[in-house]
Amino acid sequence: MELLSGSQAVATAVKLANVDVVTAYPITPQTSIIEELAKMCTSGELDATYINVESEHSAMAGIIGAAVAGARTFTATASQGLALMHEMLHWAANGRLPIVMAVVNRALGPGWNIWTDQTDTLSQRDTGWIQLYCTNAQEVLDSVLMAYPLAERCNLPVMVVLDAYLLSHTYEPVDVPSQSVVDEYLTTTYERPFGIDFENPYSVFQLTMPTEYAVLRRRQQKDFEQAYLHYVGEAISFRHSFGRYWPELSGCGYTDSYKAKNVLITTGTMSSTAKSLLTDYKRDVQLVNLKLLRPFPAKSLREAIRGAERAIVVDRNLSPGLGGIWAQEVRAALSGLPVHTYSYIAGIGGTDVTEEDLDKIIYDALNNEPQYYPVFVEDI
Amino acid sequence: MSLISKGHIACQGCAALSTANLILNELGPRTVAVIPACCLSVCNGPYPSAAFKIPVVNCAFETAAITAAGIRAGLDRKKEEANVVVLAGDGGTYDIGLGALSGAAERNDNILYVCYDNEAYMNTGIQRSSATPYGAHTMTTPKEGYKREHKKDIIGILKAHDVPYIATATITKPGDFKKKVRKAKDMKGFRFILAFTPCPTGWKFDPKYSIKMARLAVNSGLFPLREIVWGEETVKKIKTEDSKAVFKEYIKLQGRFKHLSDEEVNNFYRAYKNFDWKF
Repeated sequence: MELLSGSQAVATAVKLANVDVVTAYPITPQTSIIEELAKMCTSGELDATYINVESEHSAMAGIIGAAVAGARTFTATASQGLALMHEMLHWAANGRLPIVMAVVNRALGPGWNIWTDQTDTLSQRDTGWIQLYCTNAQEVLDSVLMAYPLAERCNLPVMVVLDAYLLSHTYEPVDVPSQSVVDEYLTTTYERPFGIDFENPYSVFQLTMPTEYAVLRRRQQKDFEQAYLHYVGEAISFRHSFGRYWPELSGCGYTDSYKAKNVLITTGTMSSTAKSLLTDYKRDVQLVNLKLLRPFPAKSLREAIRGAERAIVVDRNLSPGLGGIWAQEVRAALSGLPVHTYSYIAGIGGTDVTEEDLDKIIYDALNNEPQYYPVFVEDI
Repeated sequence: MSLISKGHIACQGCAALSTANLILNELGPRTVAVIPACCLSVCNGPYPSAAFKIPVVNCAFETAAITAAGIRAGLDRKKEEANVVVLAGDGGTYDIGLGALSGAAERNDNILYVCYDNEAYMNTGIQRSSATPYGAHTMTTPKEGYKREHKKDIIGILKAHDVPYIATATITKPGDFKKKVRKAKDMKGFRFILAFTPCPTGWKFDPKYSIKMARLAVNSGLFPLREIVWGEETVKKIKTEDSKAVFKEYIKLQGRFKHLSDEEVNNFYRAYKNFDWKF
């Protein structure tokens, strides 16, 4: 076990994955990731090309170029930086490039706010990236390691998402696997579908007429449906290699034989808090932690929640005019099941979400009808 | 053998395509072309066909320089020897791509960046760019609302970055152009060539005058042929009978300047004569 921050866990995993090209543009609170990687590249601990770019937009464009040329790539960002990258997120995804990026969830301005809030990554929902959310530093390290075979098998980019400060800057004991075990895990031979070929040259990402374009988008959807199965498989194969298991859904109090009437649904570090609260909890509530935003684990969620009366979703994010983004995803996934979805907003802009807050939310849901609009924890 | 095949979909008289053809033939088949949104990205033709017989990577509008730098990094990791050349229009260079261009120039990324300058957003249907000259009509500076600002000095901007190689060239002087491409090819680091590419469609002149138009621009002093190696400049003097007369002929042949009065043409002439790059 080593004592690592979430940021160090990211950098350590990138090193273990033997990444070829890293692009870096600083933004609080992602800086500790790229600084750590700069140190590793300088010392030779990591043999990678490290490019200090002039914007996040270029950070993504640069690794798009490197990935087309066949390199294993990495970058990291947060908040405004991710928003600036938006165009290139589509480019990486529609270009079917197996890029891996860590995103530290941070609120978007104004007002300037450097604390955690998931609106940055959730508003990239439709860009065509696989998104993996993490609850602790160990899961961060493991998720980055899993991200590479997942990305390369599916030819889809993967975002590994971690909460600002609560994860990025909090030190936890982390089991760092040895290089030989990681090398063995990552040995899958990966055939790139396209690249740069001087013998048989062709153009990539060129003008594409409607019929061909529609074919490519349809294939992307089909591959995302496969990506869901790939993730399930990858989690099992990871457990086989490392003994740790990060399924698409995980919970507390959830067993096959017992299902509670009420399900609390959370993500990120909030799930760690919820897990602590629900261990030996006084009420009939179990936890579901969602690890995937895309592909959304709708099938697993419907199975996990069958028989429950209430799905209580707590969102640390906001789609103004509608409410919690995870709650909307859950509502859509549970459509047709006799379950009421409750939407609560807590922890916006990095405000603390305590066990007391979650307890208050559960009490409120158990004693009220569901609202169409979300309820802010401050209003309970 | 040309590295751009027949069947491309460029306009008649397109100087940008001839420019790309000249450059690629000098660089040879072990070349990756990086093309952002611009006329050439369309000229290459729609998927799954392609007129360019080398690997081409199309990229987003403002990302040509960094995409090329990324490709270079990826190829270097695989120890693949190749030229990485950007073929970008003036919009993707002077305007939206300037940030990435500056970044790559400052890092001295090992790429050859060619801007083919047709002095407006031609691919989107002739809108003003910061490379559009004073006096020009475009769809966003129509007729009497013609552009009042002068062309941005992109060479001055690049020069300030202290890069290994900067040159200007046109297909009207192919010998000079080829020599510059070869010189750039043999150097390492960030190399920049500004190619002047008359556009019959956007400038509203007869396509048969594309080469002539470039010659008039050079001979009038409007587009001097320059070469700057590590900040050291050599300007090739062009002997002209009467640069003002040549300038006037250049202006008169183009529909985009037809609304200008004689006085405005004289103002235009006087103004550019006072620029830094006058000779």
